[in-house]
Amino acid sequence: MSETQAIQQTGEAGFGDFLALLKPRVMSLVVFTALVGLIVAPVPVHPVVGFASILFIALGGGASGALNMWWDADIDAIMRRTQGRPIPSGKVAPGEALGFGLALSGLSVAMLGLAANWFAAAFLAFTIFFYVVVYSVWLKRLTPQNIVIGGAAGAFPPMIGWAVATGGVSIESLLMFAVIFMWTPPHFWALALFMKDDYGRAGVPMLTVTHGRKATRAHVLAYTILLIPFSLALALSGIGGWVTLGVTLILNAIFVFGGWKIWHRDEATAEADSYRVEKQVFRFSLSYVFLTFGALALDMLLGTRWPMAWWG
Amino acid sequence: MVGLIVAHFPKPHELHQRRFGRNLGLGLSLAAFVALVFALTVVKVTGGDPMAAMSGQTQGVTGPIKGAQP
Repeated sequence: MSETQAIQQTGEAGFGDFLALLKPRVMSLVVFTALVGLIVAPVPVHPVVGFASILFIALGGGASGALNMWWDADIDAIMRRTQGRPIPSGKVAPGEALGFGLALSGLSVAMLGLAANWFAAAFLAFTIFFYVVVYSVWLKRLTPQNIVIGGAAGAFPPMIGWAVATGGVSIESLLMFAVIFMWTPPHFWALALFMKDDYGRAGVPMLTVTHGRKATRAHVLAYTILLIPFSLALALSGIGGWVTLGVTLILNAIFVFGGWKIWHRDEATAEADSYRVEKQVFRFSLSYVFLTFGALALDMLLGTRWPMAWWG
Repeated sequence: MVGLIVAHFPKPHELHQRRFGRNLGLGLSLAAFVALVFALTVVKVTGGDPMAAMSGQTQGVTGPIKGAQP
């Protein structure tokens, strides 16, 4: 047995292994959308309070990621995509991940309450609960709609950012939620299509497993179309403007075209080119959120917002 | 001379390197947390006006405290 193997089995995790538990890539989406939710809100926030709030929202998101990895360690060990995560790779013990996740959850909620307001803190606590209990524990292994309902957890951060500034909820923050909520299913189903049998082997009832790949392709296209009214409503809302409207029109056209290409393909064609289109749509879907929310921020900074929402 | 020192201080075991990295990361995180809480406290107490902190003024205290002796 080599020294490295012996060290891994003792569970001596490095600092980077604990950082990996926070799902840094997911955290970047949480940070960016929460930041935009905060800066487009009509109430100014002191930069230090804003910075601290975004940091605590990110920590809360990371904590829910750690708790998700603790709960899903058994299926993470089966799926190729997740085998290298800290728990299945033996770098972090499950109990350590659980303690780390719970401690960070408590710290992030308490600190957000003290830094900003207790409504935002309660919203963060609910988001952590939703992601860990409703999505990870309850829905993920129960229904192919896991991604649809569970996607709400990833859609809450801009609402929390808005709540940090305003202390409440509004139609604009609900529209930011709706855009991410409707975007999540085609994003994950595009991933599920080129992950092939990963979810099936792990026993996770993804749509590709329960309804087949043809149905999943149709669902991707349907959701890219269903996303249009919500993203247009956001672009025409009081926090939208010329930049957001232009970006929204272009992004939706590309996304629907990608969905149509996925729907139009059969498995043999996809296998032949190693799921090129599915991978392209998945990568583009990441840009979709960043560019949409970036446009909202740009409209505010450039002063190109509508004087009032188009729909009143 | 250098060779003698190296001989007396061999390369630490990977286990200790990992522990050092983790402790250093934790230490820096805690230091950053303390700095952030301090900055938040200053902002909350002064209402975002750092000069108020320098001059000893605090937000919300506009008159003598009730019940205090003159």
